[in-house]
Amino acid sequence: MTTTSPVTAPDHRQASRAAVPGTPSRRSRFKQGAGRQHHAGPFAYFALAVVGIGSLFPLYWTLVAASRTQDEVLDTTPPFVPGGNLFNNLEAAWEQAHLGKAIWNTLVVSASITAATLFFCTLAGYAFAKMRFKGRGALMTAVVATLTIPPQLSVVPLFMMMSDIGWGGQLESVIFPTLVSAFGVFFMRQYLSEALPYELIEAGKVDGANNLRVVWSIVLPVARPAMMVLGMLTFVQAWNDFFWPYLALNQENPTLQVALGQLSASYVPDQSIVMAGALISTLPLLVVFVVFGKRIVGGIMSGAVKG
Amino acid sequence: MATSIPARGAPGSKPGRRVPKAMSPGRQAWRSRLWRFDDKASPYAYIAPFFLVFGAFGLYPLLYTGWIALHRVEMISLDRTEWVGWENFSRILQDPEFWTTVGNTFVIGVISTVPQLLVALGLAHLLNYKLRASTFWRTVILTPYATSVASAALVFALVFRADGGLLNWALDFIGLGDTNWANGHWSSKIAISVIVIWRWTGYNALIYLAAMQAVPSDLYEAASLDGASRWQQFRNVTIPALRPTILFTIVISTIGSMQLFGEPLLLEGGTIGAQGGNEHQYETLSVYLYNYGWKLGHLGPAAAVAWAMLALLLLIAAINWLVGRSVRKTSA
Repeated sequence: MTTTSPVTAPDHRQASRAAVPGTPSRRSRFKQGAGRQHHAGPFAYFALAVVGIGSLFPLYWTLVAASRTQDEVLDTTPPFVPGGNLFNNLEAAWEQAHLGKAIWNTLVVSASITAATLFFCTLAGYAFAKMRFKGRGALMTAVVATLTIPPQLSVVPLFMMMSDIGWGGQLESVIFPTLVSAFGVFFMRQYLSEALPYELIEAGKVDGANNLRVVWSIVLPVARPAMMVLGMLTFVQAWNDFFWPYLALNQENPTLQVALGQLSASYVPDQSIVMAGALISTLPLLVVFVVFGKRIVGGIMSGAVKG
Repeated sequence: MATSIPARGAPGSKPGRRVPKAMSPGRQAWRSRLWRFDDKASPYAYIAPFFLVFGAFGLYPLLYTGWIALHRVEMISLDRTEWVGWENFSRILQDPEFWTTVGNTFVIGVISTVPQLLVALGLAHLLNYKLRASTFWRTVILTPYATSVASAALVFALVFRADGGLLNWALDFIGLGDTNWANGHWSSKIAISVIVIWRWTGYNALIYLAAMQAVPSDLYEAASLDGASRWQQFRNVTIPALRPTILFTIVISTIGSMQLFGEPLLLEGGTIGAQGGNEHQYETLSVYLYNYGWKLGHLGPAAAVAWAMLALLLLIAAINWLVGRSVRKTSA
């Protein structure tokens, strides 16, 4: 980097000052961020390839195991290419674990949680980012502090409460506790405090819009990209949630993850059928990932910088 | 913002476009009071859902847990509660299995968090190079994050299986013999940690990468002009700049490792899984809580376990804080 640098000032503050009107090459480097000046060498690609294979192999092997018979999977020489038993296994998993119902339930749960989280977190994020009210700082701290409380601490009474109000084993018992998330509030606040200029809100108010109107016509359009990302993260989380659903729901009315857990807990589980179940529960999210991977990556990174 | 809001609709101010000009003083006062109420109440209305949901399904049950911990409550008769005082606490504190799970949770927490964060840091460093197809690499390492804990645990259960497991086959292939992974005290904890590391390393790497890219590049320029090698730049520029992020990931991973449930439950599955192995060798606190409350049906002791977890969390938080403070002191 020193070879191409037109500025040789030893003081980095001087260097940054010189960079503001600087040459195009310097500017582009600024945009790319720190440390990216170096091209990756063969070692970097090799290491990334190893990690990449490690990341993907278990998923590939899920497919292999799901498309074989249990005898083949547990053979002394395990298979490494998919076989022809996939549809038999899927069918068996479908029957043994109420997978049809489980998929529908998972969709209902994930969609309702995502919709509610987006709505409530955008409202709260907007309030924390752009509105003035007493106790704003303290309340925001309280929101972030709730992130450190594990769900384990409240599952026993939660279970009793749910059965008390008639939601025992019902999807409501899984949906309602996660209608709005502290992470989502924080995420939307971070985004809106930067992306939404006060002038825009003021302009709306001068035009006589009340607060709800401002939210609807000004905040929501600005918040849309962040809502997309938050929506995907929430959906993934809701789809994959295991601990509370496993305690709250039963075999007759499970989500996919619960059904999967119960499939493997059956008396003598057939491993290739279990893997077929795992495949069904993972595949939809993998599709989402292939399509929206870039946005999800960007979302996690943008949430991280400000966190 | 403060300059324009009170002006809106207030008497004497420039009327908004939609406010009719010929308005009686009474209506105008009413209207301006309405506006002011809207401005005062709206923020609270917008944040209310979070606090209502958290209050009803987070805080209230958390306190209620303390009450249940002092009572006898059975799964088969949820509406009958009987005061037993500290009996539940003394019961779990005198149970050797409880202390085993505390130790297991701690050990698994350390051997899953430390390697995970170190590898994530290295990965982030690699991803921070100028790469071909950088989005592709980032997406690939994040894929395990999209896999549910149940699916991941079940695949790895096959990998770590004693008879016909993939790992034993590979070890046998290179002549290292086989291990009964789930049976060993260390090997089973390593197996659990591998699942955790596999799922979360990419996620943490992306968080580190984001923090690395936020480091001003002139810091690196200055360092390299001063003759710092790449390793020295990493040590003396990147790591200090990342300290808050590293602390953040440590806190998040610690809280996460306190909650490990699906991995131990499904490593062997069935009754053995619900006990965390035939000698409880990989039983975590969450599995212990589940076993007590949902398998054995005693919710009182399960609630006591929950409060023991809270105490442990506070202890870890205190240690984190002390360590963080001494790190800050030595670096200052």
